[in-house]
Order: sequence, then structure tokens, then C-alpha cells
Amino acid sequence: MTAVSTRRSGATALSRTTGHIAIALVGLLMFYPLLWMLSSSFKPVSEIFGPGSGALIPGSPSLDNYSEGWTGPGLPFTRYLINSLIVCTLTVLGNVLSCSLAAFAFARMQFLGRKAFFAAMLATVMLPQHVTLISQYAIFRDLGWLDTYLPLVVPKFLATEAFFVFLMVQFIRGIPRELDEAARIDGCSWWGIYRKIVLPLLSPALVTTAIFSFIWAYNDFLAPLIYISSPEKLTVPLALRTFLDSSGQSAWGQLFAMSIVTLIPVVAAFVIFQRRIVEGVSTTGLK
Amino acid sequence: MTAELPFRSRLRASLPAYAFLSPWLVGLFGLTLGPMLLTLYYSFTDYSLLAAPEWLGLDNYTRLAGDPRYLDSLVVTGTYVLFSVPFELIAALTVAMVLNRGMRGLTFYRAIYYVPSLLGGSVAIAILWRQIFGSDGLVNQVLAIFGYEGSGWISSPDTALSTLIILRIWQFGAPMVIFLAGLRQIPAELLEAAAIDGAGKVRRFLAITLPLLTPIVFFNLVLQIIGAFQAFTPAFIVSGGTGGPSDSTLFYTLYLYQRAFGSFEMGYAAAMAWVLLLIIAAFTAANFMMSRRWVFYSDEGKR
Repeated sequence: MTAVSTRRSGATALSRTTGHIAIALVGLLMFYPLLWMLSSSFKPVSEIFGPGSGALIPGSPSLDNYSEGWTGPGLPFTRYLINSLIVCTLTVLGNVLSCSLAAFAFARMQFLGRKAFFAAMLATVMLPQHVTLISQYAIFRDLGWLDTYLPLVVPKFLATEAFFVFLMVQFIRGIPRELDEAARIDGCSWWGIYRKIVLPLLSPALVTTAIFSFIWAYNDFLAPLIYISSPEKLTVPLALRTFLDSSGQSAWGQLFAMSIVTLIPVVAAFVIFQRRIVEGVSTTGLK
Repeated sequence: MTAELPFRSRLRASLPAYAFLSPWLVGLFGLTLGPMLLTLYYSFTDYSLLAAPEWLGLDNYTRLAGDPRYLDSLVVTGTYVLFSVPFELIAALTVAMVLNRGMRGLTFYRAIYYVPSLLGGSVAIAILWRQIFGSDGLVNQVLAIFGYEGSGWISSPDTALSTLIILRIWQFGAPMVIFLAGLRQIPAELLEAAAIDGAGKVRRFLAITLPLLTPIVFFNLVLQIIGAFQAFTPAFIVSGGTGGPSDSTLFYTLYLYQRAFGSFEMGYAAAMAWVLLLIIAAFTAANFMMSRRWVFYSDEGKR
């Protein structure tokens, strides 16, 4: 018995080691382009192309790409970062507020048409945005909202990202109803129950919503591309694209430097909220 | 209970709930259902945003069927979905299986593999892809070390789409994380019992792990297909908005964008949008129907 189990654990250890090496190698291969971009952002263009350009250690590292790239796309990059920050903050706020209100009603309250509305909410989760995009554009144009952040932000205050509503409904269903009932006996209104009981207990789902709202809004390209045209209003992805279109072969170093800058907020969010993010992905299929 | 109350008082009793739902209701009717129907209406018209829509009947749809660029975009998108989704899921499951064997550093590796999923849709990564698969880009520099002279992957119509497929497969971390969570749900006793009965690794995987994992495979499949059909940013950035070379990266959404916001043929683009909706709905429905044959829910019958 012992002999068998030792032999088996020996074999497992061996296969574990090979597994370990394979995983590490594949991981390195996948990460290599990212590391290479990071390293290239410190290289002069002559080192980014040509023989030996694959090296990860810059021959003569310098911050020139960053200082030149920062003003490369026209306005200082600070402007675009602030723009994106405005859009992302409002998006997070809108999603957290409007989705939690709707989720509370779906999870806790009785009302006419509850089933139909819930089904409609679920259906919109899978809806491709293109089928609403064209009409929304026409509507926002008629409202005079083109080239403002309103088309990017107002829908978030109207719980259009139904996925988060669904996420919160699931979460609220896990909160014991006895808490609501106790509060009601103490004279709490629905608003009181939402505000004082459910909202605090919902905070893990709110944080997940906030993180993914932020990342999605920050990376969003299509909607800003359609709505925003003034150079001083561009969000980060648009600014990067403008930079790409306007720069020649010589600007790759600067382009990489600014690309790295744009990736920092997402990577930082990931590092800080890693556990929450992974949990969110594994329980709900968020990306 | 409530069903016996007259409609009016039930409506009155519903008012507080509607108050909570009001932002969502405005969004549902004003930004989702309303615009959906409006898009449907536009799809039967000639609409340039400058003048009122002009009724065309089914013209836009019949034009679609004879538009070579549109048919190209269907083929391009179909190829993209067909090749990226299965490979992405296979990579995700394989790595998840390896990681799931009680490996030390699991959290670290899971994070490393997941990060590309977070970044992959960004303009920055698309820019990186444009460089590394360019004619004098990183890939060819590395190939040169082995004495192979690569072409311009992005500038050749034969290979441009493959670089975008690779970019999607590169993001297998998200389905992998979902697989890992699913693998953890599989009872270890089952696998141990099978091992004692002499089932080898492959047998245990095929007879136990995979069947128990089918709901997760299904979930990932539906999610990834829906996502892949709507991919836009990588094709837009890598091809400079054109879908080139020779329309080889003209994704469905990219062509829709060109028609809608390049030449403001809103009616035509609206028809494209509705066809896309129907395609995605059909794939999702087909997935659900076929899932009855191969997806196994272990808690069936328990309730």
C-alpha cells in the first residue's frame, strides 16, 4: 500500500514539474509581447526594428519616448487621461446607482409585470449593441448631444448595462429576507431597507460592478469613436488611435510609451482588485 | 394572493417598485426597446440623417444579399468565429486542467494568464499587434533568428485575419478562469474512485471531468460566440479602419460602422444590425437546442 502510494506520488511529482515548466513557458510566451512593448518604450526607434530588436533589455534606455509622446498626439496626454477619468467616474457612479435600484426591485418587491420585465432584462444582456446604436445616435443627435460625454454617460444612469442588474439580483437573493422584515417591523420604508440594509450588504457586488464598469468604460472605443470629435474631448483610446494615424514609422517608440501609459490604469485596477476580479469572472462569466 | 385583488389596487401596490425601477424602465423603453424598433423601421428606409427617412420596403435587405463586400464581411466574421472560439476554449480548458492539479503558484499563474483578457480589447494592444505582425515587426525578427524570412503578416490578405484570430486566442484567460471554477466543483471522490478502478488519466477526463464540465463549456461557448461576432476594435485599429488588405479583415461590425458612420447610410446599416441580431440569436438558440444533447446537469432530478 505504502509502496504504491509513494510510487504514485513520485509520478505525480514528476508530471507536476513538467506541468509547471510548461505553464511557465507558455505564460512567458504570452507575456513576452507585453514585456517587449514595455521595454521598447524605453528604446530609440533604431532598436525597436532590425536585428536584435527582440531583446527585452534596452541597449540605452531613456525616457525620451515618454516625454516626447506625452505631447505627441497634439494636446498633452494629461488632457485625455482627465477626459477618460471623467467618463469612467460617471459611468461607475451611474451603473452602481441605477443597477442597484433596479436589482433591489427585482429581487425584493412584488409588482405587475415582474416576470415579463425580468425576462426583458435578461434578454437585453445578450443583445448586440449595434441594433440600438444607429437609432441612439439619431436620438442623441436630435437632443444636441453629439460631441459631448452625455451619450457615453447618461445610458449608464439608466441601467442599460443589464448584466450588472442581473449580477446584483443574484447577490441580493442571497441576503436573508429576515433582515428586511425586521427592518420593516422597525418602521423602515422600502427606501430605508434599500439604503440601510441591502446596499451595505451588497457592497461586494457593487465593488465588482464598479471595477468592471471602470475597465469597460476605459477601454471602450466604438461609442467614443462615434460620438466624440473635438480634439480636446478625446478619451484615451481615441487619442491613441489619432496618434497612430498621424505618426509615421519614426514614432513607434512614443506610440509604445503612450500605449503603456494607457494600460497602467487597467493593470493597476487588476493588481489592487485581483481577487475580486477573478471571483467576478469565475462566478458570472464577466470578461 | 395578490392575483385576487383588482387590477387598480395591484397597480397601486406596484408603484413603489416602479419607482425603484424607473431609471431602468426609462432605459429599457428609451434606449433599448424603442431604439431597437426604430432601427427596424430605419432598415426599411433610405436614411442619411440629413433628410427624413424614405420608405424602401425590403430593398436594403435585398441589396445586402447582392453586396459583395457584405458577403465578404460575413465570410471574414464567420471564419474569425469558427477559428478563434474553439481554439480559445481548448487553450482555456487545457491550461485550466494543468493548473487545477494543486499546482503551487496557482494564483500567480491564473493572474498572468488572465491579464491578456483584460487588456486584449484595448487600442494599445491592437497597436502592439500591428507592430509585431508588421513586415519588419517582432515576429519576423524572431523568425529571422531561425533563418526564416517572414512576410508582412498584416499587409498580406492571406494572413491578416489570422493575426486577429491569434489576438483573440491570446485572451483565453477569461474562459480559463471560468473553467477553473468549474473544475473545482468536480467531486474529488469521483476521480479517486475511478482511479482506484484503474481508469487512466484520459479515461477519467473523458468519462468524468468533461461530462461534469459540459455546462461550463456550454456557457463559455455561448458567451464567446456572442462576443466574437461583435469584435470591432482590433480589426479597426490593425487595418486602420479600412478592413483591409483586400477586405480580409472586414469584420461585420466594421463594415456596419463604415456604412453607418462613414457614408451615413443609416438605413442600410440598420438592416445589417438587424441581420446581426438575428444571426446571434440563431446561434444562441441553436446552441441551447443542441445543448440538450451534450450538456449534462448533475443536479437534474434532484429538485
